[in-house]
Amino acid sequence: MTTHHAPSPTGVDDDAVARAPSLKSIYVYEAPVRLWHWVNALAIVVLAVSGYFIGSPPPSVPGEASDNFLFGYIRFAHFAAAYVFAVGFLARLYWGLVGNDHSRELFSIPVLTGAYWREIGAMLKWYAFLRPYPNRYVGHNPLARISMFFAIFLGGIFMLVTGFALYGEGAQAGHWSHTLFTSWVLPLFGQSQTLHTWHHLGMWMIVLFVMVHVYAAVREDIMGRQSMISTMLSGYRMFKK
Amino acid sequence: MTETFYEVLRRQGITRRSFIKFCSLTASSLGLGSTFVPKIAHALETKPRTPVIWLHGLECTCCSESFIRSAHPLTKDVVLSMLSLDYDDTLMAAAGHQAEAIIEEVKKKYKGNYIVAVEGNPPLNEDGMFCIHGGRPFVEVLKETCADAKAVISWGACASYGCVQAAKPNPTRATPVHQVISGKPIVRVPGCPPIAEVMTGVVTYMLTFDRIPELDRQGRPKMFYGQRIHDKCYRRPHFDAGQFVEQWDDDAARRGYCLYKMGCKGPTTYNACSTVRWNGGVSFPIQSGHGCIGCSEDGFWDKGSFYDRVTDIKQFGIESNADKVGGTAAAVVGAGIAVHAGLSALSRARINHSQENQQGGN
Ligand code: HEM
Ligand code: HEM
Ligand code: SF4
Repeated sequence: MTTHHAPSPTGVDDDAVARAPSLKSIYVYEAPVRLWHWVNALAIVVLAVSGYFIGSPPPSVPGEASDNFLFGYIRFAHFAAAYVFAVGFLARLYWGLVGNDHSRELFSIPVLTGAYWREIGAMLKWYAFLRPYPNRYVGHNPLARISMFFAIFLGGIFMLVTGFALYGEGAQAGHWSHTLFTSWVLPLFGQSQTLHTWHHLGMWMIVLFVMVHVYAAVREDIMGRQSMISTMLSGYRMFKK
Repeated sequence: MTETFYEVLRRQGITRRSFIKFCSLTASSLGLGSTFVPKIAHALETKPRTPVIWLHGLECTCCSESFIRSAHPLTKDVVLSMLSLDYDDTLMAAAGHQAEAIIEEVKKKYKGNYIVAVEGNPPLNEDGMFCIHGGRPFVEVLKETCADAKAVISWGACASYGCVQAAKPNPTRATPVHQVISGKPIVRVPGCPPIAEVMTGVVTYMLTFDRIPELDRQGRPKMFYGQRIHDKCYRRPHFDAGQFVEQWDDDAARRGYCLYKMGCKGPTTYNACSTVRWNGGVSFPIQSGHGCIGCSEDGFWDKGSFYDRVTDIKQFGIESNADKVGGTAAAVVGAGIAVHAGLSALSRARINHSQENQQGGN
């Protein structure tokens, strides 16, 4: 990448643009998917942090009880983010019905398609350094798809069901969350402490997903053959080579 | 002609004045309005007495101990005179064959019309030999006695869930009543023991209204088990404020802060302790400075320490809770990611290097 003349101080360099190779790009993620992705990611961060503090509260605050509401606010943050998460989840489900093909990938895995499993093998080889380059995927790569299906689609349902069942305990009989969730989820888990434990484990499951997911997105963006992070911002997938 | 409750009570020397007092006490403890007082009185005056047979399986008798300490002495007297007339091996005067004959007699005379209250539970291992009642396995006596009953009351955590004798590994296979008896309405009144007023309230309701109280999905009377300790705890303002006892005897403990961090199970326990309280409304565990241990919840012996908020999960080893399991997994995955990132950078550098070598001449 040797430059032949000094770049213009304005940054304008039409010659360089003309000489540069053009990349192919495909519109993959429609605006609602992208918006949901970032709102959902933010909601999950708030849920995980506030949820952790619900399990292990911060040190006591001094003063009159009536002057403080710290733990109340932590729980409020959890419940507010929970509603954002829930409404987002339903909206995303709806978009899966009306959006493009890629908007549906999150909600299923093509278990009966042999080629899908072969592509999973190809991705695993790529991560095990057994292939110099991954294949090119327009939507989610098959490994991403299966992990998102379990961690976010099924895992999200699990967190919503257990979460609203816990919520209904405080809201008490008569509240919709009690009628729709607590009434059958509590007997299913046997008792509330067990339900808390499962909900808590669910958080760690999602934390593990997010760690791997963010690492894979950044790594793929640098080392893979297509754009990743900008795709979740602009919607366009660009193929580099 | 069978006697009415009222007749029995008068015969026991209870005055009409006391009787009416009892009716209004009962109405308020059941959360019923004052219009129910005459209804209760009328029912007790006219309805033939429903006998109650009180059986004891594997248990420690703490339910009986609680029951006879019901707050208002009146309640105790009245309810006891309704009960002890029939059968309760720890309270009645009769013993031996004479006593066992009472069960037979009640079964015959009041077929389909008596109530069986069970304290404790039947162990099923070794053909039920771990609990012998009148020379026979308790489970047999229980099944026979319940066969012609109108309804069954499961007293306490033992009868409702199994309690300590059913804690892992449950060597005698102590089994809650509802898993042995079928086809009868069963009211579960969990707690170790249940609150006296809750017990008398349930019995009185069933005897006066001739039906079982409204139950939740787990078979507990909604009027007493509809809310958690935490929902009515007087330390709740400290919970919301974020003021917790961090250690026994610290300043926060002296100030009566919330016991959440000391493992209080109030947020996960359905019972009436924070409203009805104990020993005639004197106090309850949290008021005495100790967290709730969740004694009215299923398997409370096997749900980790009474003093942890995030409790141990036995499947992952004795000393691990959700945060330890999750934190360890996150540390392992994090280390894996770091190593993988390092290897990725190395392999990319190698590829770039060999490409440069190939392009060497240009
Ligand atoms: C709590 C945090 C996050 C969660 C729960 C999450 C979840 C998801 C889910 C469910 C999808 C699939 C989208 C769909 O099909 O609708 C997705 C895609 C994606 N996410 Fe995230 N995400 C999180 C954070 C991030 C961050 C921080 C980045 C950027 C570094 C990122 C980058 C991406 C990218 C690039 C895709 C598209 C992947 C592909 O095309 O295969 N995510 N994420
Ligand atoms: C990704 C999603 C979520 C995460 C990571 C998460 C995390 C957590 C964690 C770690 C706890 C503490 C559990 C304990 O040890 O007691 C908790 C409690 C709770 N969560 Fe969630 N949660 C999520 C979603 C939800 C949702 C959708 C709801 C629905 C309203 C919800 C409602 C609750 C409630 C009511 C509690 C108990 C609060 C209390 O006992 O004071 N959560 N959550
Ligand atoms: S002491 Fe227990 S029941 Fe009372 S507010 Fe604190 S956690 Fe809830």
